[in-house]
Amino acid sequence: MTKITMTVNGKAASKDVSDNTLLVEYIREHLRLTGTHVGCDTSQCGACVVHVNGQAMKSCTMLAAAAEGATVTTVEGLATSKDDLHPMQVAFKENHGLQCGFCTPGMIMTATDMVKRYQEAGKELTEDAIRHELEGNICRCTGYHNIVKSIQDGASKMTAA
Amino acid sequence: MTEGIGARVLRKEDKRFITGKGRYTDDIIEPNQAYAAFVRSPHAHANVKGIDASAALAMEGVVDVLNGHQLTGDGIGNIICGWGVTSKDGTPMNMGAWSALATEKVRYVGDAVAVVIADSAEIAKLAAESVVVDYETLPVVVGSVEALADGAPQIHENAPGNLIFDWEIGNKEPTDAALASAEHIVEMDIVNNRLAPNPMEPRSAIATFNESEDHYTLYTTSQNPHVARLVLSAFYNVAPEHKLRVIAPDVGGGFGSKIYIYPEEITCLWASMKTNRSVKWTSDRTEAFLTDAHGRDHVTHAKMGFDKNHKIVGLRVNTKANLGAYMSLFSSATPTYLYATLLSGQYNIENVYADVQGVYTNTVPVDAYRGAGRPEASFVMERMMETAARQLGVDPAELRLKNFVKEFPHQTPVIMAYDSGDFAANQKQAMDAADYKGFEKRRTEAAKRGKLRGIGFSNYIEACGIAPSAAVGSLGAGVGLWESAEVRVNPVGTIEILTGSHSHGQGHETTFAQIVAERFGLPTENVAIVHGDTDKVQFGMGTYGSRSGAVGMSAIVKAMDKVEAKVKKIGAHVLEASEDDIIIEDGAVKVKGTDKQMLWHEVGLAAYTAHNIPEGMEPGLKESAFYDPSNFTFPAGCYICEVEVDPETGVTKIIQFTASDDFGTIINPMIVEGQVHGGLAQGIGQAMFEGVVYDPDGQQLSASYMDYCMPRADDVPMYQVMHQSTECPGNPLGMKGCGEAGAIGSPPAVINAITDAIGNNNLNMPATPSAVWAALQEASKQAAE
Repeated sequence: MTKITMTVNGKAASKDVSDNTLLVEYIREHLRLTGTHVGCDTSQCGACVVHVNGQAMKSCTMLAAAAEGATVTTVEGLATSKDDLHPMQVAFKENHGLQCGFCTPGMIMTATDMVKRYQEAGKELTEDAIRHELEGNICRCTGYHNIVKSIQDGASKMTAA
Repeated sequence: MTEGIGARVLRKEDKRFITGKGRYTDDIIEPNQAYAAFVRSPHAHANVKGIDASAALAMEGVVDVLNGHQLTGDGIGNIICGWGVTSKDGTPMNMGAWSALATEKVRYVGDAVAVVIADSAEIAKLAAESVVVDYETLPVVVGSVEALADGAPQIHENAPGNLIFDWEIGNKEPTDAALASAEHIVEMDIVNNRLAPNPMEPRSAIATFNESEDHYTLYTTSQNPHVARLVLSAFYNVAPEHKLRVIAPDVGGGFGSKIYIYPEEITCLWASMKTNRSVKWTSDRTEAFLTDAHGRDHVTHAKMGFDKNHKIVGLRVNTKANLGAYMSLFSSATPTYLYATLLSGQYNIENVYADVQGVYTNTVPVDAYRGAGRPEASFVMERMMETAARQLGVDPAELRLKNFVKEFPHQTPVIMAYDSGDFAANQKQAMDAADYKGFEKRRTEAAKRGKLRGIGFSNYIEACGIAPSAAVGSLGAGVGLWESAEVRVNPVGTIEILTGSHSHGQGHETTFAQIVAERFGLPTENVAIVHGDTDKVQFGMGTYGSRSGAVGMSAIVKAMDKVEAKVKKIGAHVLEASEDDIIIEDGAVKVKGTDKQMLWHEVGLAAYTAHNIPEGMEPGLKESAFYDPSNFTFPAGCYICEVEVDPETGVTKIIQFTASDDFGTIINPMIVEGQVHGGLAQGIGQAMFEGVVYDPDGQQLSASYMDYCMPRADDVPMYQVMHQSTECPGNPLGMKGCGEAGAIGSPPAVINAITDAIGNNNLNMPATPSAVWAALQEASKQAAE
């Protein structure tokens, strides 16, 4: 057992966990933040995407110990208050970008990271670019149509914000 | 009314999902919870000679290791198929025994032989690996054709030759006679590839036995919690129904695979009683590939005859359906009554005959997966029609148009009575939107870029809203297929709808609220939908087969009828008017032609205070209903796919996919379009990417997302989705159902388009780049000869 300390959604977290604990297990089982999901065993599906030090990361590919001292944001930490959702969350709702909701947290965390990276690099986030960037996120419900539209809309909302 | 029928109301359920507050089964932790890990067979076929669990039992944190002999010894019943199919010769189907934990023999890789219960999931998994099982391996067979061959390994003692049933439908002699005298014959071998359903949320269960009350609670990833309770109680003897509560909370997709009651739920319930702990099991993804019921896997030979005017005179189909190692809950119905009954397609065909052999193999059990039988039927029909058009040298749209059913009701030779539709209207809408007329110009332009452009049609019809209980009962169903609902108007006028339907992505919390809003003129925010808990909802048959609209919502309408009748009586009494003059609109009960009215909440209050209601009337305002449909419903449509193939690599790109559907009445177009998008992606997945692959030893080579190709965002296009509807006469809202159409209609459109592009009709699904490239080489070789 090792004490692992990090900042999650703006709050200090510290838990004694076994050395082989994955970051996703730390988040789900130890911090009980269950918005981050596990949909595969091989880091393909992206349901577990969180932000670690500002970068999108599949939390199933990373040991909790490797996030020692890191700043982590999960989907629960994206909105500033219960009535003030992140523009990307609003975009997913307004464009029907989710159905069963299981892949959604990972999609939203990937999407916000994607928009931020393109905006910082001054690159245009085209439909093709969005589809390419979603290579690591699988959705079985939406056929991606409305997810792509949500991210396009979320990107303009984030620019406006 | 901005929130009523036809309005694009944003989903009420979204907020919890986009903020990470959804509550799925694996998110729940019970006090004193233990974890289950299953010991699974690594062999596809073997005798179990012994199980040594001593090393596992010695591990710290292991609570117990339980096996199949203990399970059957405690009277837990075998898993059954709930639909009896009768063979041609009048004999019942040959169903082999399926114990939740195998005792003497394992029959597929993944078959569970024991379960470890431990203090953590990690310990349980480690301990499961240390359980030593002595297997005596047996010969293996994985394909249905091979399993029916002489000398094939025998999988179940009571199914000689691995034949479960040999079933038939239609008119055999007239069909053969019509084919014998036909002017043109089209004949094809058609394979429908085996798929893994892959809802993104893996299956999960938490069972809690309460010793002091002799009561069980099961949280589970189910599309139909009441059916689960019924089966667990009546057939598996886990507990009587009043001692078993089943809750299906947020469920992350189902697509059919969460209809069934699997060995894991049964074992968790039983293990909870044995260990007096809550027992949780959550599948990992490979375990899902190894244990979730697969879909499709048909091998078909079909023969269609045309007269000199290109009218279809007859169709004869033989299908071998691979049902895997055991018969899953509805496995027998899927390749029979849900498949061959649609083999008349959208066409007026006097003579149709089909026979289907259901076959045991050493593979994962096969059952209904999005579309369930109808995708297989539409693939046969629409590949045949496109092929016929090519062979006859006529336009594929023209050939279909010539053969469409044009008058309704229409009785087909294979049971179904189509009630409504306008197939030509859907075809025209799709052709206009896809600019079919301009296709040849686009083909020429693509050729200049070195690309092969192709176009393909699919005019599908399917059957939903399954179905009149007496009818399905006469066909072998073990359950009735009605739905139930309860409408509770509270004293303050807000409404709770308790429904037996279950939402696992379909947006019922929104759509169901819309029909209440429409009926009583209330905002949807005043309406709550309650589902998924056997302690709250009176009963329900659940959600599958696109039945939540046509059947589930019809039950709500029926209950609302009763509420309205009582409200009118109260209104007439309080407002001192005739009941005939009472109308309900804009959230008020009014006397026609006057300004006298009661607001909706005043009616609620009147009903519950009961100070001033008609003499003899019961207080309260709550009504329930059971709705049994009068017929299947028949969604239909026309899909057109346009592709470009790179001849150098065989890579296919879908340039445009156009879908015109007839779903009858549409409550929320936004949600309906979303259902079509998802169905299209699954159908395109089947056509181009997905396929479960077994090696000859019965090992699944495609049991992870590294090996099984799920469609990604850059594999699919933006879809053109539109509607051209005729009202369904069979239910009060005129609804047909939209949940599966996309997956049913799209695979033949894709394959028809690719084969058109490459000039070789010999192409199986999935049409991967290597398959397309090989077909191109074959075509150029043939051209050279």
